[in-house]
Amino acid sequence: MIKSGINTVKGPLSLTAPTYLWLAFTVFLPLSAMFFFSFLNDAPFGNKDVSFSLENYEAIWNKQFYQILLLKSFRLGLEVTLLCFVIGFPCALILAKNIKGHWREAIFVLIILPFWSNALVRIFSWTMVLRGNGIIEVMLNWIFPGYGDFSFMFTYQAILIGLVHSYLPYMILTCYVSIQAIDDSILEAARVLGAGRFMILFKLIIPLSLPGIAAGSVLIFIPVVGSFMEPRILGGREGTFIGTIIEDQFTRVFNWPLGAALSFLMLFIILMIIILSNSLSKRLR
Amino acid sequence: MIHSKSTDLYSKIYLFSIIIFLYLPILVMILMSFNSSKFYQLPIDWTFDWYVELAGNKKLLKAGMNSLIIAFVSTIISTVLGTCAAYAFFRFDFRGKRILQILLLPPITIPWLIIGTSMLIFFFWVGIGRGIFPMILGHVALSIPYVVIVVSARMKSFDIALEESARSLGATPLQAFFKVTLPWIFPGFFAAGLFAFAVSLDQFVISYFLATPGERTLPVEIYTAIRKGFTPEINAISTIIILVSMSILLVVSRYHRFNR
Repeated sequence: MIKSGINTVKGPLSLTAPTYLWLAFTVFLPLSAMFFFSFLNDAPFGNKDVSFSLENYEAIWNKQFYQILLLKSFRLGLEVTLLCFVIGFPCALILAKNIKGHWREAIFVLIILPFWSNALVRIFSWTMVLRGNGIIEVMLNWIFPGYGDFSFMFTYQAILIGLVHSYLPYMILTCYVSIQAIDDSILEAARVLGAGRFMILFKLIIPLSLPGIAAGSVLIFIPVVGSFMEPRILGGREGTFIGTIIEDQFTRVFNWPLGAALSFLMLFIILMIIILSNSLSKRLR
Repeated sequence: MIHSKSTDLYSKIYLFSIIIFLYLPILVMILMSFNSSKFYQLPIDWTFDWYVELAGNKKLLKAGMNSLIIAFVSTIISTVLGTCAAYAFFRFDFRGKRILQILLLPPITIPWLIIGTSMLIFFFWVGIGRGIFPMILGHVALSIPYVVIVVSARMKSFDIALEESARSLGATPLQAFFKVTLPWIFPGFFAAGLFAFAVSLDQFVISYFLATPGERTLPVEIYTAIRKGFTPEINAISTIIILVSMSILLVVSRYHRFNR
């Protein structure tokens, strides 16, 4: 590409400056402010005397409650990611290799369509399916007369179902893109050479689509660890996670420094996990 | 890949059940918005009452209005800013370009909970506080990365020689941009705008932390209603939201092909 000599420095600078000033003010400075807040003993509003301290981190370190919840949130993230992979990968595989033409495009749009409607509304819609006396109970009793009550609401499973429903399309899309890029002739060659179906799946297709699987996993794992609205609506008493505790610090308890410390810790652990898994997958390759 | 008829059938059944899974709750919710029973009693007793009631619910209507205002304003700002940045990335090679592109990732990858609470802290600190204006600030930040991605994708197919020849025929850089480049990237620009609009309309977490009791967006109002013990009006408004955002996406998908 020929780059003409006009304003090679001024051009890009003035074109990108508005965007990055905006992002600095709304994302990067706030993140730094949160980091700073996590080391304060009180929110510095009004005329309060505020000093630096590690008390928020000490509180997290000393109270098992927070550690259990952190673990619980990361476990939730892991389980939702795994379920999305197990359910979504075959779907992506079928879409990429078995379905062609207009059908593929139609199914594609069908999968993305609910994904782009409001996340909160989709979670809310599950309350009507999972509740006692809901459609599943009626259907179960219709198929198996005398089945009795069915209610999944306010259980851990309900949270899992809602989150998988919310994030499944991510996994399908990213895996689809990777699988799509695999040359059919490679698979054909493997088959001609006598590889069985499972051999092809586990030794060829899955390794070759690892980038897509990884991208999907990151896109799902991170927001699920930080979820609070989904556990609140579907989990009831079961729905206490680190995300809901952080929400409480900012909207009910008004202990912003503690909330900031919990947020920062969560972000830190997420970053570590991503860096670790990144270097691990590089070594494996 | 797999040619036998039986596996073909199984895979179709599999896809079908995934689609059922994705649509089941939404369909149930839509049906329930026409059910006169407050407790979602089955079988459905059809009625339009909840939609009528919705029309008289000032709180929800005001929140809906707020959502639309925020979505419009932040769509305009983010598409203009994002298109400028995308154009700079496409047109110029400069030091730090790679870093700038990577800096677009945090707004869309860091959990919204963390971004939202940080914005709350920072905006309070600098004296902006909460309300509609801070929400616009936040929504623009979340939309910009999507705008840059969508517009850049469209720009890749633009032949820079067209702009160069316009320039050598005597057009000023601005003329060349508005008369040659912009018309070409317009579908991408338009799709990016719709994306940004949908992102803003669907955004809940950031708005939730930046809302005040008097200034809420629709999702925030819905969340509050659900937590208080909801009314079936929520089904009605949710049905409207779902149908609106689905139609936006259908329009986008005509301009921006996902399946390439």
